[in-house]
Amino acid sequence: MTKVSMTVNGKAVSGEVEGRTLLSTFLRDGLGLTGTHVGCDTSQCGACVVHVDGRAVKSCTIFAADVAGATVKTIEGMANPDGSLSTLQQAFQDNHGLQCGFCTPGMVMASAAFLAENPTPTEAEVRHGLEGNICRCTGYHNIVKAVLQASGQDVSKIAAE
Amino acid sequence: MHNFDFVKPSTIADAVKALKAEGAQALSGGQTLVASMKQRLAAPATLVSLTGIAEMKGVCLGDGGLHVGGATPHADVAREAARHYPALAALAGGIGDPQVRNRGTLGGSIANDDPAACYPAGVLGSGATVVTDRRRIAADDFFQGLFTTALHAGEIVTSVVFPIPQAAAYEKFDQPASRFALTGVFVAKYADGVRVAVTGAGGDGVFRWTEAERALSANFSASAIAGLSVDPSGLIHDLHGTPEYRANLVKVLTARAVQAAG
Ligand SMILES: Cc1cc2nc3c(=O)[nH]c(=O)nc-3n(C[C@H](O)[C@H](O)[C@H](O)COP(=O)(O)OP(=O)(O)OC[C@H]3O[C@@H](n4cnc5c(N)ncnc54)[C@H](O)[C@@H]3O)c2cc1C
Ligand code: FES
Ligand code: FES
Repeated sequence: MTKVSMTVNGKAVSGEVEGRTLLSTFLRDGLGLTGTHVGCDTSQCGACVVHVDGRAVKSCTIFAADVAGATVKTIEGMANPDGSLSTLQQAFQDNHGLQCGFCTPGMVMASAAFLAENPTPTEAEVRHGLEGNICRCTGYHNIVKAVLQASGQDVSKIAAE
Repeated sequence: MHNFDFVKPSTIADAVKALKAEGAQALSGGQTLVASMKQRLAAPATLVSLTGIAEMKGVCLGDGGLHVGGATPHADVAREAARHYPALAALAGGIGDPQVRNRGTLGGSIANDDPAACYPAGVLGSGATVVTDRRRIAADDFFQGLFTTALHAGEIVTSVVFPIPQAAAYEKFDQPASRFALTGVFVAKYADGVRVAVTGAGGDGVFRWTEAERALSANFSASAIAGLSVDPSGLIHDLHGTPEYRANLVKVLTARAVQAAG
């Protein structure tokens, strides 16, 4: 076991890990941050997406020891400081961008990183940008709508196809 | 997954030293290796992370063309190579999905040499030079079959030097479930001739379609290959496509790449 330290959602944290401890395991079991979901554990579904030093990554495919010293943001760090939902999270709620909610933490983290790079995307760009995230419930349409609304664009004309 | 010791050197020299240990293996972006370890297809005793080696990261113009560090993530190549070598940047920007591109690296991709991976086509199609901690290897000698390269045990791809072509394009026919190439073709036109590299189709991995290279070197237009055909024998046969289907894709994608390159 070795000790790793990193900054998670603005707080300095540390814990004992094995070489094989995944970042997703460290966040969930080590820190109790169970908002980061593990869907496939094979880098396919994106439920486990978090930000490491500002970049969206799949936390099931990174060893915790490899990101020692990094700045990590998870879904628990996405709400506004007063606890209310962020614009992006609120847009998911407003547009029914979730049903069972299992994919939602990864969708929100992937969308936030995507919007940081492309603040006013087209619908096609949103779909392309969320290629690494699988949702088994919504059919994606309302997720795409939520991301477009969060970017400040008018989504009232987009039909619920 | 079996447990292992984890080390993270900050120089190439220290990484090479660490890789001399029995059962040591390099870890770059982990987008292939972590999955293999979970399946116990790989079980290194020591994992040597290359992600903390600054001298292996980045894109810059230098002797012989564009130098891309072996530990440079695909997303960085997509952004930083765009001005110098747009076709290579587009190839990197089309790999997998954003999260895979933020971690996966050039060195990891070509060392792994998946028969459906994109970078082997870019490296072979550019006639690039693979630079390791101990030697320089021409792309034509580097790729040696399925998941097989010229690399020796413990040898690290530190960078790849891409000669910059007059025109080039990569056409990828996506396999949407895996996000790899069902078939992909990289075409690059240099002063001394055209190179055509094919991935996702060859039973022995990436290969050059030399007949098309000759035709395109004489006349760089899609019509130059209209009369050619690809022999399906030896091409990949799986549930996504027959060898005949892939043979046709190679031709169609080559024509599209020539058109896109202009
Ligand atoms: C969902 C998904 C979709 C993908 N889609 C595509 C795609 O469309 N096209 C594509 O080309 N790829 C695709 N990939 C693969 C991706 O590009 C990987 O990044 C790549 O195959 C491996 O690079 P890595 O840096 O992650 O290497 P790792 O997984 O860390 O290592 C892979 C192998 O290379 C060795 N190695 C790593 N770095 C070096 C080095 N510098 N020198 C010597 N040996 C080294 C390791 O020991 C290991 O054996 C996809 C992967 C996933 C998970
Ligand atoms: S749990 Fe990480 S990608 Fe599915
Ligand atoms: S809301 Fe159920 S998987 Fe997306």
